[in-house]
Amino acid sequence: MIWNVRIKITLKKGVLDAQGKATYKALLALGFPKVQEVRIGKLIELKIEGASLNEVEVQVQEMCQRLLANPVIEEFVYEVEES
Amino acid sequence: MKFGVVQFPGSNCDFDCYYALRYILEVPTEFIWHKESDIANYDCIVLPGGFSYGDYLRVGAIARYSPVMEAILDFAQKGGLLIGICNGFQVLTEARLLPGALIRNNCLHFICKQQTIRVENIGTPFTNLCQKSQILKIPVAHGEGCYYADRYIIEELEANNQVLFRYCDNQGRITSDANPNGSLNNIAGICNKKRNIIGLMPHPERSMEDCLGSTDGRLIFESIINYLKI
Repeated sequence: MIWNVRIKITLKKGVLDAQGKATYKALLALGFPKVQEVRIGKLIELKIEGASLNEVEVQVQEMCQRLLANPVIEEFVYEVEES
Repeated sequence: MKFGVVQFPGSNCDFDCYYALRYILEVPTEFIWHKESDIANYDCIVLPGGFSYGDYLRVGAIARYSPVMEAILDFAQKGGLLIGICNGFQVLTEARLLPGALIRNNCLHFICKQQTIRVENIGTPFTNLCQKSQILKIPVAHGEGCYYADRYIIEELEANNQVLFRYCDNQGRITSDANPNGSLNNIAGICNKKRNIIGLMPHPERSMEDCLGSTDGRLIFESIINYLKI
């Protein structure tokens, strides 16, 4: 079975998000004064083969911890659905 | 005594490091291709600056899983000397050989300039020829050089004197104006607890000859040579 996985990676609270901050200022300058905060992260989409949802989740968890996210500065969440 | 300079796809300070060691300091030096698995004959390994794997995903993240890294982890564990410069420092944090991470400069710009740093600890293989609190002039060139770690790690680094260099002004003062990238505690370079692994953002290999505006980078490589001779 093929599964679609969407992984969202964001900087942990407390880690300076310089891109988010600069983009926030640009939005204010563009005339969106109600914007309160901007945080920028990454979206990773992948397709993976697996017999069960659990099998896929175990693998996604491991790939996030070892490569896709850096736990020192980042957090991740993911969604898995059948392709 | 033999130095090895690792070449990842996208390394671009590899030849500068090789030139500095082989031709200026005249010590035996060889390149180590990133697919190499045997690095048994080296005394010190340099992870040079550059943009390994195009900085894709995160700086240093993909190089960290290069085939050669397995052997380097083993080499470091056995006490071999390992120096990561700029992108090499980023690779060492991704490999968890050094704590913390290097994130986007707080100014968002790529910075390329001559920088002053202060030597904080002279009791290491990488700084033994420096004077305490000596001010070195060594260039920086990076987009992701902002050193970050959580509060507990920073406290531990400070308590163990693992911070080897801090960004400072011309007088050696550690100020936020002298901090080019937003690094916590103005950290420019750290070592591990065992003091055999160092990572630093400034490029000592770019300050080896008078014609480059400074020869202070020699002190770091000469310290290593001095340590290996004893």
